[in-house]
Amino acid sequence: MSETDLLELEIENPVASYLRQERLPHIWCPGCGIGTTVNCFARALTESAMDLDRVAIVSGIGCTGRVAGYLNLDSFHTTHGRAIPFATGLKLGNPDLKVVVYSGDGDLSAIGGNHLVHAARRNMDLTVICVNNFTYGMTGGQVAPTTPIGATQTTMPYGNFENPFNLPFLADACGAVYVARWTVYHVKQLAKAMLEGLRKKGFVFIEALAPCPTLYSRRNRLGDGVDQLKYYKEKSKIVNGADTKDVGLTFQGDIVVGRFVDRERPTWLDAMNEHYSQHFGEKYVPYGVSHGQD
Amino acid sequence: MSEGEQVKKGKGTVFVQTEVCKGCSYCIDFCPAHCLEFSRDFNRKGYHYPVLGRPEDCTGCDLCGLYCPDFAIFGVRFKDLEKRKQPAPEPLIPARG
Repeated sequence: MSETDLLELEIENPVASYLRQERLPHIWCPGCGIGTTVNCFARALTESAMDLDRVAIVSGIGCTGRVAGYLNLDSFHTTHGRAIPFATGLKLGNPDLKVVVYSGDGDLSAIGGNHLVHAARRNMDLTVICVNNFTYGMTGGQVAPTTPIGATQTTMPYGNFENPFNLPFLADACGAVYVARWTVYHVKQLAKAMLEGLRKKGFVFIEALAPCPTLYSRRNRLGDGVDQLKYYKEKSKIVNGADTKDVGLTFQGDIVVGRFVDRERPTWLDAMNEHYSQHFGEKYVPYGVSHGQD
Repeated sequence: MSEGEQVKKGKGTVFVQTEVCKGCSYCIDFCPAHCLEFSRDFNRKGYHYPVLGRPEDCTGCDLCGLYCPDFAIFGVRFKDLEKRKQPAPEPLIPARG
């Protein structure tokens, strides 16, 4: 197949139309897993056949926060930790939109931890994709709320002794309707989970474990990004429907992946409409009902 | 686009945008057919990019494309290419308005 043939065929990367080409190559390090999650997300968008003008993406600050700048969708790069409040406002202001929050573990569970808890409690109709790389990548590898016990970081040079968050358990306990965890090694499953998350109504929480070769892996002498992927391959066990209590992560220990929770609960808007319809009867005009995603 | 195979072997091929590759070797290590390898030369940033070392084994499954964090590589099946040759060329994804 010669070069001219290719030009005639107009072959381009299947994810190219989802990316702002003028901003590539991106700033993520060689071996960083965030790009792979973006790749999976682009494939999930292709599969979902959604009207892309009705998909909005909101990011916080951090390495993963850059995703909003690279995806060729309506996007907003919010202040640190405030991706979910912004997305909540966006969703309630325009219930037609499918709002995706794409951010990192530090942004969502530390600075924005309270917002995560309350959005899940209210069952706000958001799809939250949390890329967990166990550290604060952009600021130099400080201890994050997800850093496992025993891992060395710049602010814990003798190893971390703080108990980390078990994010799927947190989301489940707060009432998320869909909770899944996959690693960057499980690309097909991650893309499928993102597709299911895009189609699901309610608060969806997907945790994607990703290697951080520059800070987390190097501080802990775990090798390159690809070595971390091999670790994910070796040590991960797929248990769909596992009790989220038992899926906590330990330093280089076993990883339980899968779709943990998939249930139905009325979303915040549905609950509000139902409540006021009962209260005011015919006088009340339901908000954002005629639209919906489908 | 470059690295289109000159001779048709196997069931598919890969295309590599060499200049955006960062040499992370995800595609090489996780290719199910083990048909990719590092190139001898490097790109402008000094990274060795992947090349199709054993084109006869490539199935064009596009798993390399799914793994690539830099959107630099993707695979296509020859039968999909043939399909696109006959009618007016249609992009894989409809262009966005």
